[in-house]
Amino acid sequence: MERLIKQGIDLIKGIWSLGVGLAVTAWYLVNRKITVQYPKQVVPREASESFRGPIELVGQPKDPATPKCISCMMCVSACPSGCISITKQKPPKLSPEEEKAFAEAEARGEKPKRPVAPRNPATWRYNYTYCSLCACCIEACPVNSIKFSNELYLAGTSRGDFHYDLLARLKRKAAEAKAAEDAKASETKDSGSADAAAQPGSPNISQAVPEKADEASSASGQAKSEAAL
Amino acid sequence: MNEFSLWTVFTLVVGLVAILAFIAGNAMALVWMERKVAGFIQRRPGPNQLGPAGVLQSVADAVKLLFKQILKPSNADSIIFFLAPILSFFPVALLFMPLPFSPFFTAYSPNLGLLLILAFSGINVLAVLLAGWSSNNKYSLYGAARGVSQSVAYEIPLLLAVLAIAFQHGTLNLSEIVEQQGGWPWQWNVFTQPLAFLIYFISIFGETNRSPFDLPEAESELTAGFHTEYSGMGFALFFLAEYANMVLVCCVATALFLGGWKGPFLDGFWWFLAKAYGLLFIMMWVRWTYPRARFDMLLNLNWKWLLPLGALNLLATAFVMKLF
Ligand code: SF4
Ligand code: SF4
Repeated sequence: MERLIKQGIDLIKGIWSLGVGLAVTAWYLVNRKITVQYPKQVVPREASESFRGPIELVGQPKDPATPKCISCMMCVSACPSGCISITKQKPPKLSPEEEKAFAEAEARGEKPKRPVAPRNPATWRYNYTYCSLCACCIEACPVNSIKFSNELYLAGTSRGDFHYDLLARLKRKAAEAKAAEDAKASETKDSGSADAAAQPGSPNISQAVPEKADEASSASGQAKSEAAL
Repeated sequence: MNEFSLWTVFTLVVGLVAILAFIAGNAMALVWMERKVAGFIQRRPGPNQLGPAGVLQSVADAVKLLFKQILKPSNADSIIFFLAPILSFFPVALLFMPLPFSPFFTAYSPNLGLLLILAFSGINVLAVLLAGWSSNNKYSLYGAARGVSQSVAYEIPLLLAVLAIAFQHGTLNLSEIVEQQGGWPWQWNVFTQPLAFLIYFISIFGETNRSPFDLPEAESELTAGFHTEYSGMGFALFFLAEYANMVLVCCVATALFLGGWKGPFLDGFWWFLAKAYGLLFIMMWVRWTYPRARFDMLLNLNWKWLLPLGALNLLATAFVMKLF
Protein backbone atom coordinates (compact mmCIF):
# COMPACT_ATOMS: atom_id res chain seq x y z
CA MET A 1 0.00 0.00 0.00
CA GLU A 2 2.76 2.36 1.01
CA ARG A 3 4.57 1.54 -2.17
CA LEU A 4 1.48 2.36 -4.18
CA ILE A 5 1.13 5.74 -2.51
CA LYS A 6 4.78 6.46 -3.16
CA GLN A 7 4.37 5.51 -6.78
CA GLY A 8 1.32 7.71 -7.03
CA ILE A 9 3.20 10.67 -5.60
CA ASP A 10 6.08 9.99 -7.99
CA LEU A 11 3.66 9.92 -10.87
CA ILE A 12 2.10 13.22 -9.94
CA LYS A 13 5.52 14.78 -9.44
CA GLY A 14 6.61 13.46 -12.81
CA ILE A 15 3.60 14.88 -14.59
CA TRP A 16 4.10 18.18 -12.80
CA SER A 17 7.71 18.30 -13.96
CA LEU A 18 6.56 17.79 -17.54
CA GLY A 19 4.34 20.83 -17.16
CA VAL A 20 7.19 22.85 -15.70
CA GLY A 21 9.36 21.93 -18.67
CA LEU A 22 6.71 23.08 -21.11
CA ALA A 23 6.30 26.33 -19.19
CA VAL A 24 10.03 27.03 -19.40
CA THR A 25 10.16 26.52 -23.15
CA ALA A 26 6.95 28.51 -23.63
CA TRP A 27 8.53 31.38 -21.73
CA TYR A 28 11.59 31.22 -23.96
CA LEU A 29 9.37 31.01 -27.01
CA VAL A 30 7.83 34.40 -26.39
CA ASN A 31 10.85 35.95 -24.78
CA ARG A 32 13.56 38.16 -26.22
CA LYS A 33 16.02 36.44 -28.53
CA ILE A 34 19.57 36.56 -27.24
CA THR A 35 21.74 35.49 -30.15
CA VAL A 36 23.73 37.98 -32.17
CA GLN A 37 23.16 37.95 -35.94
CA TYR A 38 26.75 38.16 -37.02
CA PRO A 39 27.20 40.10 -40.21
CA LYS A 40 24.59 42.65 -39.16
CA GLN A 41 25.46 42.81 -35.48
CA VAL A 42 28.59 42.07 -33.50
CA VAL A 43 28.96 41.33 -29.84
CA PRO A 44 29.87 44.30 -27.70
CA ARG A 45 33.54 44.89 -27.08
CA GLU A 46 33.30 43.95 -23.39
CA ALA A 47 31.99 40.50 -24.32
CA SER A 48 35.01 39.70 -26.45
CA GLU A 49 37.53 41.00 -23.92
CA SER A 50 38.06 37.60 -22.38
CA PHE A 51 38.23 35.90 -25.77
CA ARG A 52 41.56 34.26 -26.54
CA GLY A 53 42.07 34.85 -30.22
CA PRO A 54 45.25 34.59 -32.30
CA ILE A 55 48.36 35.80 -30.50
CA GLU A 56 49.80 39.25 -31.03
CA LEU A 57 52.88 41.15 -29.95
CA VAL A 58 53.08 43.58 -27.06
CA GLY A 59 54.70 46.90 -27.74
CA GLN A 60 57.31 48.60 -25.60
CA PRO A 61 55.92 51.04 -23.05
CA LYS A 62 57.73 53.98 -24.57
CA ASP A 63 57.51 52.90 -28.17
CA PRO A 64 54.31 50.96 -28.80
CA ALA A 65 55.18 50.35 -32.44
CA THR A 66 58.22 48.23 -31.50
CA PRO A 67 57.67 44.93 -29.71
CA LYS A 68 59.30 44.10 -26.42
CA CYS A 69 60.58 40.99 -28.12
CA ILE A 70 64.36 40.38 -27.80
CA SER A 71 64.50 37.68 -30.50
CA CYS A 72 65.46 34.99 -28.02
CA MET A 73 63.57 32.34 -29.97
CA MET A 74 62.11 30.77 -26.86
CA CYS A 75 58.61 30.98 -28.29
CA VAL A 76 59.72 29.36 -31.54
CA SER A 77 61.02 26.32 -29.72
CA ALA A 78 58.15 26.27 -27.25
CA CYS A 79 55.43 26.21 -29.86
CA PRO A 80 54.28 22.61 -30.31
CA SER A 81 52.85 23.34 -33.74
CA GLY A 82 55.71 25.33 -35.22
CA CYS A 83 53.55 28.36 -35.90
CA ILE A 84 56.11 31.01 -35.17
CA SER A 85 59.03 31.97 -37.34
CA ILE A 86 61.31 34.82 -36.35
CA THR A 87 64.42 36.20 -37.99
CA LYS A 88 66.93 38.21 -36.03
CA GLN A 89 68.28 41.48 -37.24
CA LYS A 90 71.82 41.53 -38.67
CA PRO A 91 74.47 43.80 -37.18
CA PRO A 92 74.77 47.02 -39.16
CA LYS A 93 77.02 46.66 -42.16
CA LEU A 94 80.34 48.40 -41.76
CA SER A 95 81.86 50.46 -44.48
CA PRO A 96 85.29 49.26 -45.72
CA GLU A 97 87.06 52.08 -43.83
CA GLU A 98 85.38 51.22 -40.57
CA GLU A 99 86.12 47.57 -41.16
CA LYS A 100 89.74 48.46 -41.68
CA ALA A 101 89.82 50.59 -38.56
CA PHE A 102 88.43 47.76 -36.48
CA ALA A 103 90.90 45.30 -37.96
CA GLU A 104 93.75 47.62 -37.17
CA ALA A 105 92.59 48.17 -33.65
CA GLU A 106 92.31 44.42 -33.14
CA ALA A 107 95.79 43.95 -34.59
CA ARG A 108 97.04 46.39 -31.99
CA GLY A 109 95.69 44.14 -29.31
CA GLU A 110 92.78 46.40 -28.35
CA LYS A 111 89.26 45.14 -28.00
CA PRO A 112 87.14 47.61 -29.91
CA LYS A 113 83.38 47.40 -29.57
CA ARG A 114 81.99 46.22 -32.84
CA PRO A 115 78.40 47.38 -33.33
CA VAL A 116 76.01 44.57 -32.33
CA ALA A 117 72.73 43.65 -33.95
CA PRO A 118 69.63 45.30 -32.49
CA ARG A 119 67.72 42.89 -30.30
CA ASN A 120 64.40 43.48 -31.97
CA PRO A 121 63.36 40.88 -34.51
CA ALA A 122 63.56 41.60 -38.19
CA THR A 123 60.48 39.57 -39.00
CA TRP A 124 57.94 37.94 -36.74
CA ARG A 125 55.63 35.66 -38.62
CA TYR A 126 52.81 33.67 -37.17
CA ASN A 127 50.84 30.95 -38.89
CA TYR A 128 47.44 30.95 -37.24
CA THR A 129 46.20 27.97 -39.26
CA TYR A 130 48.29 25.59 -37.13
CA CYS A 131 47.97 27.42 -33.84
CA SER A 132 46.15 25.56 -31.10
CA LEU A 133 45.99 28.63 -28.85
CA CYS A 134 47.82 26.66 -26.17
CA ALA A 135 49.66 29.68 -24.73
CA CYS A 136 52.99 27.84 -24.61
CA CYS A 137 54.63 30.70 -26.46
CA ILE A 138 53.17 33.22 -24.05
CA GLU A 139 54.52 31.35 -21.06
CA ALA A 140 57.90 30.85 -22.68
CA CYS A 141 58.48 34.48 -23.51
CA PRO A 142 60.91 35.97 -20.97
CA VAL A 143 59.84 39.55 -21.57
CA ASN A 144 56.07 39.09 -21.92
CA SER A 145 56.08 40.16 -25.50
CA ILE A 146 53.23 37.90 -26.61
CA LYS A 147 49.61 37.95 -25.59
CA PHE A 148 46.32 36.69 -26.92
CA SER A 149 44.42 39.20 -28.98
CA ASN A 150 40.66 39.26 -28.70
CA GLU A 151 39.81 39.14 -32.37
CA LEU A 152 36.44 37.41 -32.48
CA TYR A 153 35.49 37.81 -36.09
CA LEU A 154 38.15 36.29 -38.28
CA ALA A 155 37.26 35.44 -41.81
CA GLY A 156 39.40 34.88 -44.84
CA THR A 157 39.06 33.63 -48.37
CA SER A 158 42.34 31.73 -48.49
CA ARG A 159 44.72 30.02 -46.15
CA GLY A 160 47.23 32.78 -46.68
CA ASP A 161 44.93 35.21 -44.89
CA PHE A 162 45.89 33.58 -41.64
CA HIS A 163 49.64 33.87 -42.02
CA TYR A 164 50.16 36.99 -40.03
CA ASP A 165 53.03 39.42 -39.96
CA LEU A 166 52.72 40.46 -36.36
CA LEU A 167 55.30 43.24 -36.58
CA ALA A 168 53.25 45.00 -39.22
CA ARG A 169 50.14 44.40 -37.14
CA LEU A 170 51.74 45.96 -34.08
CA LYS A 171 52.83 49.00 -36.08
CA ARG A 172 49.35 49.44 -37.49
CA LYS A 173 47.71 49.06 -34.12
CA ALA A 174 50.05 51.59 -32.59
CA ALA A 175 49.29 54.05 -35.36
CA GLU A 176 45.56 53.48 -34.89
CA ALA A 177 45.90 53.96 -31.16
CA LYS A 178 47.77 57.17 -31.70
CA ALA A 179 45.17 58.47 -34.12
CA ALA A 180 42.40 57.55 -31.72
CA GLU A 181 44.25 59.20 -28.88
CA ASP A 182 44.65 62.40 -30.87
CA ALA A 183 41.03 62.39 -31.89
CA LYS A 184 39.97 61.85 -28.32
CA ALA A 185 42.24 64.52 -26.99
CA SER A 186 40.81 67.02 -29.41
CA GLU A 187 37.26 65.98 -28.58
CA THR A 188 37.12 65.95 -24.82
CA LYS A 189 39.68 65.90 -22.10
CA ASP A 190 38.29 63.29 -19.77
CA SER A 191 36.61 60.69 -21.99
CA GLY A 192 39.79 58.61 -22.11
CA SER A 193 39.88 58.03 -18.38
CA ALA A 194 36.88 55.73 -18.55
CA ASP A 195 38.65 53.47 -21.03
CA ALA A 196 41.75 53.34 -18.91
CA ALA A 197 39.65 52.39 -15.92
CA ALA A 198 38.03 49.59 -17.89
CA GLN A 199 41.08 47.37 -17.42
CA PRO A 200 42.44 47.81 -13.97
CA GLY A 201 43.68 44.22 -13.90
CA SER A 202 46.04 44.80 -16.78
CA PRO A 203 49.31 43.28 -15.61
CA ASN A 204 51.44 45.37 -17.85
CA ILE A 205 51.05 49.07 -18.16
CA SER A 206 52.45 48.89 -21.67
CA GLN A 207 49.39 47.00 -22.80
CA ALA A 208 47.20 49.94 -22.19
CA VAL A 209 48.11 51.61 -25.43
CA PRO A 210 47.41 48.77 -27.86
CA GLU A 211 44.34 47.81 -25.89
CA LYS A 212 42.94 51.23 -26.29
CA ALA A 213 43.33 50.81 -30.00
CA ASP A 214 41.18 47.72 -29.73
CA GLU A 215 38.47 49.63 -28.04
CA ALA A 216 38.62 52.53 -30.36
CA SER A 217 38.46 50.53 -33.56
CA SER A 218 34.84 49.93 -34.39
CA ALA A 219 33.51 46.70 -35.82
CA SER A 220 33.98 47.93 -39.34
CA GLY A 221 37.44 49.14 -38.53
CA GLN A 222 38.17 45.71 -37.20
CA ALA A 223 36.96 44.06 -40.37
CA LYS A 224 39.15 46.42 -42.35
CA SER A 225 42.18 45.64 -40.28
CA GLU A 226 41.48 41.96 -40.76
CA ALA A 227 41.53 42.42 -44.49
CA ALA A 228 44.79 44.27 -44.17
CA LEU A 229 46.32 41.34 -42.35
CA MET B 1 -23.31 4.60 -49.22
CA ASN B 2 -21.52 6.14 -52.13
CA GLU B 3 -22.59 5.05 -55.58
CA PHE B 4 -19.57 4.01 -57.60
CA SER B 5 -20.14 6.30 -60.53
CA LEU B 6 -18.11 8.56 -62.78
CA TRP B 7 -18.74 11.36 -60.35
CA THR B 8 -17.13 9.38 -57.53
CA VAL B 9 -14.10 8.67 -59.70
CA PHE B 10 -13.86 12.34 -60.57
CA THR B 11 -14.01 13.50 -56.97
CA LEU B 12 -11.48 10.85 -56.03
CA VAL B 13 -8.98 12.02 -58.63
CA VAL B 14 -9.45 15.68 -57.83
CA GLY B 15 -9.26 14.92 -54.15
CA LEU B 16 -6.09 12.90 -54.56
CA VAL B 17 -4.36 15.65 -56.52
CA ALA B 18 -5.47 18.26 -54.02
CA ILE B 19 -4.25 16.06 -51.18
CA LEU B 20 -0.82 15.60 -52.75
CA ALA B 21 -0.53 19.35 -53.16
CA PHE B 22 -1.74 19.80 -49.61
CA ILE B 23 0.85 17.33 -48.29
CA ALA B 24 3.73 18.94 -50.13
CA GLY B 25 2.67 22.45 -49.16
CA ASN B 26 2.11 21.41 -45.59
CA ALA B 27 5.47 19.71 -45.34
CA MET B 28 7.21 22.90 -46.41
CA ALA B 29 5.16 25.04 -44.08
CA LEU B 30 5.75 22.63 -41.23
CA VAL B 31 9.50 22.45 -41.77
CA TRP B 32 9.62 26.21 -41.62
CA MET B 33 7.36 26.28 -38.58
CA GLU B 34 9.37 23.60 -36.86
CA ARG B 35 12.62 25.46 -37.35
CA LYS B 36 11.06 28.70 -36.21
CA VAL B 37 9.61 27.10 -33.10
CA ALA B 38 12.91 25.36 -32.38
CA GLY B 39 14.74 28.62 -32.81
CA PHE B 40 12.41 30.63 -30.64
CA ILE B 41 12.47 28.04 -27.90
CA GLN B 42 16.25 28.12 -27.99
CA ARG B 43 16.12 31.92 -27.89
CA ARG B 44 17.43 32.46 -31.40
CA PRO B 45 15.49 33.73 -34.42
CA GLY B 46 15.52 30.56 -36.56
CA PRO B 47 15.73 30.85 -40.36
CA ASN B 48 15.51 34.54 -41.19
CA GLN B 49 17.52 35.13 -44.35
CA LEU B 50 15.50 33.86 -47.29
CA GLY B 51 12.27 35.77 -47.78
CA PRO B 52 10.36 37.53 -45.02
CA ALA B 53 11.11 35.73 -41.74
CA GLY B 54 12.84 32.99 -43.73
CA VAL B 55 9.67 31.51 -45.23
CA LEU B 56 11.46 30.57 -48.43
CA GLN B 57 14.06 28.53 -46.57
CA SER B 58 12.14 25.30 -47.00
CA VAL B 59 11.78 25.95 -50.71
CA ALA B 60 15.54 26.23 -50.92
CA ASP B 61 15.86 23.02 -48.92
CA ALA B 62 13.47 21.24 -51.25
CA VAL B 63 15.42 22.38 -54.30
CA LYS B 64 18.66 21.25 -52.70
CA LEU B 65 17.19 17.82 -52.01
CA LEU B 66 15.94 17.53 -55.58
CA PHE B 67 19.40 18.15 -56.97
CA LYS B 68 21.27 15.86 -54.66
CA GLN B 69 22.68 12.65 -55.99
CA ILE B 70 20.93 9.51 -54.86
CA LEU B 71 23.51 7.13 -53.48
CA LYS B 72 23.17 3.49 -52.66
CA PRO B 73 25.54 1.49 -50.47
CA SER B 74 27.29 -1.10 -52.60
CA ASN B 75 25.93 -4.06 -50.64
CA ALA B 76 22.40 -2.75 -50.28
CA ASP B 77 19.48 -4.64 -51.72
CA SER B 78 18.65 -2.34 -54.64
CA ILE B 79 15.00 -3.12 -55.22
CA ILE B 80 13.96 -2.99 -51.59
CA PHE B 81 16.24 -0.04 -50.92
CA PHE B 82 14.43 2.07 -53.49
CA LEU B 83 11.04 0.59 -52.77
CA ALA B 84 11.11 1.58 -49.11
CA PRO B 85 10.84 5.38 -49.43
CA ILE B 86 8.09 5.03 -52.03
CA LEU B 87 6.25 2.61 -49.80
CA SER B 88 6.57 5.00 -46.92
CA PHE B 89 5.13 7.95 -48.83
CA PHE B 90 2.35 6.51 -50.97
CA PRO B 91 -0.08 5.25 -48.36
CA VAL B 92 -0.02 8.71 -46.84
CA ALA B 93 -1.85 10.16 -49.81
CA LEU B 94 -4.52 7.53 -49.39
CA LEU B 95 -4.80 8.21 -45.68
CA PHE B 96 -5.89 11.78 -46.25
CA MET B 97 -8.86 10.74 -48.38
CA PRO B 98 -11.43 10.12 -45.65
CA LEU B 99 -10.51 13.23 -43.66
CA PRO B 100 -13.46 15.63 -43.42
CA PHE B 101 -11.82 19.02 -43.82
CA SER B 102 -15.30 20.44 -44.23
CA PRO B 103 -18.62 19.01 -45.47
CA PHE B 104 -17.53 19.97 -48.96
CA PHE B 105 -13.81 19.29 -48.76
CA THR B 106 -13.95 15.57 -48.17
CA ALA B 107 -12.35 13.55 -50.93
CA TYR B 108 -14.03 10.29 -50.05
CA SER B 109 -16.28 9.52 -47.15
CA PRO B 110 -16.55 5.77 -46.69
CA ASN B 111 -18.39 4.15 -43.84
CA LEU B 112 -15.18 2.66 -42.57
CA GLY B 113 -13.00 5.76 -42.91
CA LEU B 114 -11.39 5.36 -39.53
CA LEU B 115 -10.57 1.74 -40.22
CA LEU B 116 -8.99 2.71 -43.51
CA ILE B 117 -6.70 5.16 -41.78
CA LEU B 118 -5.74 2.74 -39.04
CA ALA B 119 -5.10 -0.06 -41.50
CA PHE B 120 -2.99 1.84 -43.98
CA SER B 121 -0.97 3.78 -41.44
CA GLY B 122 0.57 0.42 -40.55
CA ILE B 123 2.31 0.29 -43.95
CA ASN B 124 4.71 2.98 -42.79
CA VAL B 125 6.16 0.50 -40.32
CA LEU B 126 6.86 -1.88 -43.15
CA ALA B 127 8.65 0.87 -45.05
CA VAL B 128 10.83 1.62 -42.04
CA LEU B 129 11.67 -2.04 -41.66
CA LEU B 130 12.51 -2.46 -45.33
CA ALA B 131 14.63 0.68 -45.37
CA GLY B 132 16.60 -0.42 -42.34
CA TRP B 133 17.00 -3.96 -43.54
CA SER B 134 18.01 -3.23 -47.11
CA SER B 135 20.52 -0.51 -46.24
CA ASN B 136 22.97 -3.11 -44.95
CA ASN B 137 24.04 -0.77 -42.19
CA LYS B 138 23.94 -1.51 -38.50
CA TYR B 139 22.54 1.89 -37.57
CA SER B 140 19.73 1.50 -40.06
CA LEU B 141 18.96 -1.96 -38.80
CA TYR B 142 18.84 -0.86 -35.19
CA GLY B 143 16.67 2.09 -36.13
CA ALA B 144 14.31 -0.15 -38.05
CA ALA B 145 14.07 -2.68 -35.23
CA ARG B 146 13.28 0.08 -32.78
CA GLY B 147 10.82 1.67 -35.17
CA VAL B 148 8.90 -1.55 -35.61
CA SER B 149 8.66 -2.48 -31.95
CA GLN B 150 7.71 1.08 -31.06
CA SER B 151 5.10 1.55 -33.76
CA VAL B 152 3.53 -1.80 -33.13
CA ALA B 153 3.38 -1.12 -29.40
CA TYR B 154 1.90 2.34 -29.69
CA GLU B 155 -0.64 1.31 -32.26
CA ILE B 156 -2.57 -0.56 -29.59
CA PRO B 157 -3.35 2.25 -27.14
CA LEU B 158 -3.99 4.47 -30.14
CA LEU B 159 -6.54 1.99 -31.40
CA LEU B 160 -8.14 1.68 -27.99
CA ALA B 161 -8.54 5.44 -27.75
CA VAL B 162 -10.01 5.67 -31.22
CA LEU B 163 -12.31 2.73 -30.51
CA ALA B 164 -13.70 4.48 -27.47
CA ILE B 165 -14.79 7.34 -29.70
CA ALA B 166 -16.21 4.92 -32.25
CA PHE B 167 -18.19 3.21 -29.45
CA GLN B 168 -19.52 6.51 -28.30
CA HIS B 169 -20.72 7.56 -31.72
CA GLY B 170 -21.58 4.18 -33.10
CA THR B 171 -19.83 4.83 -36.39
CA LEU B 172 -16.43 4.62 -38.06
CA ASN B 173 -17.23 7.39 -40.49
CA LEU B 174 -15.20 10.46 -39.63
CA SER B 175 -17.69 12.87 -41.20
CA GLU B 176 -20.46 11.47 -39.04
CA ILE B 177 -18.36 11.67 -35.92
CA VAL B 178 -17.73 15.34 -36.61
CA GLU B 179 -21.39 15.79 -37.42
CA GLN B 180 -22.37 14.48 -34.00
CA GLN B 181 -20.13 16.92 -32.16
CA GLY B 182 -21.08 20.52 -31.58
CA GLY B 183 -19.30 23.75 -32.33
CA TRP B 184 -18.44 24.83 -28.82
CA PRO B 185 -15.49 23.31 -26.99
CA TRP B 186 -17.68 21.63 -24.35
CA GLN B 187 -19.53 19.79 -27.08
CA TRP B 188 -16.34 18.21 -28.35
CA ASN B 189 -15.27 14.68 -27.61
CA VAL B 190 -12.19 15.86 -25.80
CA PHE B 191 -14.62 16.91 -23.10
CA THR B 192 -16.43 13.59 -22.80
CA GLN B 193 -13.31 11.49 -23.41
CA PRO B 194 -10.34 13.37 -21.95
CA LEU B 195 -8.46 10.18 -21.10
CA ALA B 196 -8.86 8.84 -24.63
CA PHE B 197 -7.57 12.12 -25.99
CA LEU B 198 -4.54 12.04 -23.70
CA ILE B 199 -3.75 8.44 -24.65
CA TYR B 200 -4.21 9.24 -28.31
CA PHE B 201 -1.99 12.29 -28.10
CA ILE B 202 0.82 10.46 -26.32
CA SER B 203 0.57 7.53 -28.71
CA ILE B 204 0.91 9.67 -31.80
CA PHE B 205 4.36 10.74 -30.66
CA GLY B 206 5.33 7.08 -30.68
CA GLU B 207 3.54 6.43 -33.95
CA THR B 208 5.14 9.28 -35.84
CA ASN B 209 8.58 8.75 -34.33
CA ARG B 210 8.64 12.24 -32.93
CA SER B 211 10.79 13.33 -30.07
CA PRO B 212 10.69 12.44 -27.16
CA PHE B 213 9.98 9.07 -28.80
CA ASP B 214 12.21 9.50 -31.84
CA LEU B 215 14.29 6.42 -31.13
CA PRO B 216 14.18 4.99 -34.67
CA GLU B 217 16.23 7.94 -35.87
CA ALA B 218 17.95 8.95 -32.64
CA GLU B 219 20.70 11.04 -34.20
CA SER B 220 22.99 10.99 -31.20
CA GLU B 221 23.05 7.21 -31.13
CA LEU B 222 22.18 5.97 -34.61
CA THR B 223 23.36 8.75 -36.96
CA ALA B 224 19.94 8.97 -38.59
CA GLY B 225 18.46 5.58 -37.79
CA PHE B 226 16.62 3.80 -40.54
CA HIS B 227 17.28 6.48 -43.17
CA THR B 228 21.02 6.80 -42.53
CA GLU B 229 21.90 5.62 -46.03
CA TYR B 230 19.33 7.64 -47.92
CA SER B 231 20.24 10.82 -49.73
CA GLY B 232 18.46 13.18 -52.07
CA MET B 233 14.92 12.26 -52.94
CA GLY B 234 15.02 8.98 -51.03
CA PHE B 235 15.52 10.93 -47.87
CA ALA B 236 13.08 13.59 -49.01
CA LEU B 237 10.31 11.00 -49.38
CA PHE B 238 10.87 9.72 -45.85
CA PHE B 239 10.91 13.26 -44.62
CA LEU B 240 7.75 14.11 -46.50
CA ALA B 241 6.06 10.99 -45.17
CA GLU B 242 7.08 11.87 -41.62
CA TYR B 243 5.58 15.32 -41.82
CA ALA B 244 2.53 14.08 -43.70
CA ASN B 245 2.00 11.52 -40.96
CA MET B 246 2.24 14.24 -38.36
CA VAL B 247 -0.39 16.25 -40.17
CA LEU B 248 -2.52 13.16 -40.57
CA VAL B 249 -2.56 12.16 -36.91
CA CYS B 250 -3.30 15.73 -35.91
CA CYS B 251 -6.12 15.94 -38.45
CA VAL B 252 -7.59 12.69 -37.18
CA ALA B 253 -7.34 14.00 -33.63
CA THR B 254 -9.12 17.15 -34.75
CA ALA B 255 -11.94 15.18 -36.30
CA LEU B 256 -12.24 12.71 -33.44
CA PHE B 257 -11.77 14.90 -30.42
CA LEU B 258 -11.92 18.57 -31.33
CA GLY B 259 -15.09 18.89 -33.33
CA GLY B 260 -13.46 18.89 -36.77
CA TRP B 261 -14.57 21.71 -38.99
CA LYS B 262 -17.12 22.97 -36.50
CA GLY B 263 -16.45 26.09 -34.51
CA PRO B 264 -18.37 28.52 -32.35
CA PHE B 265 -19.25 30.48 -35.48
CA LEU B 266 -18.75 30.21 -39.23
CA ASP B 267 -18.14 26.46 -39.62
CA GLY B 268 -15.64 25.55 -42.29
CA PHE B 269 -12.29 24.04 -43.11
CA TRP B 270 -10.47 26.97 -41.47
CA TRP B 271 -11.52 25.63 -38.09
CA PHE B 272 -10.22 22.23 -39.04
CA LEU B 273 -6.88 23.58 -40.16
CA ALA B 274 -6.55 25.89 -37.18
CA LYS B 275 -7.17 23.07 -34.74
CA ALA B 276 -4.84 20.69 -36.57
CA TYR B 277 -2.11 23.30 -36.65
CA GLY B 278 -2.62 23.99 -32.97
CA LEU B 279 -1.98 20.33 -32.26
CA LEU B 280 1.03 20.35 -34.56
CA PHE B 281 2.40 23.29 -32.68
CA ILE B 282 2.03 21.40 -29.42
CA MET B 283 3.89 18.47 -30.97
CA MET B 284 6.76 20.77 -31.87
CA TRP B 285 6.70 22.43 -28.50
CA VAL B 286 6.97 19.03 -26.85
CA ARG B 287 9.74 17.99 -29.18
CA TRP B 288 11.93 20.93 -28.27
CA THR B 289 11.21 20.61 -24.58
CA TYR B 290 11.81 17.01 -23.61
CA PRO B 291 14.88 14.85 -24.02
CA ARG B 292 14.62 11.53 -25.79
CA ALA B 293 13.14 8.75 -23.68
CA ARG B 294 15.18 5.61 -23.13
CA PHE B 295 13.83 2.61 -24.96
CA ASP B 296 12.73 0.67 -21.88
CA MET B 297 10.98 3.78 -20.56
CA LEU B 298 9.23 4.15 -23.87
CA LEU B 299 7.90 0.62 -23.84
CA ASN B 300 7.12 0.69 -20.12
CA LEU B 301 5.03 3.78 -20.58
CA ASN B 302 3.14 2.05 -23.32
CA TRP B 303 2.60 -1.42 -21.86
CA LYS B 304 2.24 -0.45 -18.22
CA TRP B 305 0.29 2.78 -18.46
CA LEU B 306 -1.28 3.59 -21.78
CA LEU B 307 -2.48 0.11 -22.60
CA PRO B 308 -4.27 -0.64 -19.27
CA LEU B 309 -5.67 2.88 -19.13
CA GLY B 310 -6.88 2.63 -22.70
CA ALA B 311 -8.52 -0.73 -22.03
CA LEU B 312 -10.20 0.60 -18.89
CA ASN B 313 -11.39 3.65 -20.72
CA LEU B 314 -12.82 1.51 -23.48
CA LEU B 315 -14.60 -0.72 -20.98
CA ALA B 316 -16.04 2.25 -19.15
CA THR B 317 -17.22 3.76 -22.42
CA ALA B 318 -18.85 0.53 -23.46
CA PHE B 319 -20.51 0.24 -20.07
CA VAL B 320 -21.84 3.79 -20.12
CA MET B 321 -23.05 3.45 -23.72
CA LYS B 322 -24.90 0.25 -22.86
CA LEU B 323 -26.41 1.78 -19.75
CA PHE B 324 -27.78 4.99 -21.23
S1 SF4 C 1 49.55 29.52 -28.74
FE1 SF4 C 1 50.59 27.55 -28.80
S2 SF4 C 1 50.28 26.82 -30.90
FE2 SF4 C 1 49.81 29.02 -30.90
S3 SF4 C 1 51.69 30.01 -31.47
FE3 SF4 C 1 51.69 29.94 -29.24
S4 SF4 C 1 52.76 28.06 -28.68
FE4 SF4 C 1 52.25 27.92 -30.88
S1 SF4 D 1 60.01 34.34 -26.60
FE1 SF4 D 1 59.37 36.49 -26.52
S2 SF4 D 1 61.29 37.61 -26.62
FE2 SF4 D 1 61.76 35.53 -27.25
S3 SF4 D 1 61.58 35.59 -29.49
FE3 SF4 D 1 59.57 34.98 -28.71
S4 SF4 D 1 58.46 36.87 -28.50
FE4 SF4 D 1 60.58 37.45 -28.71
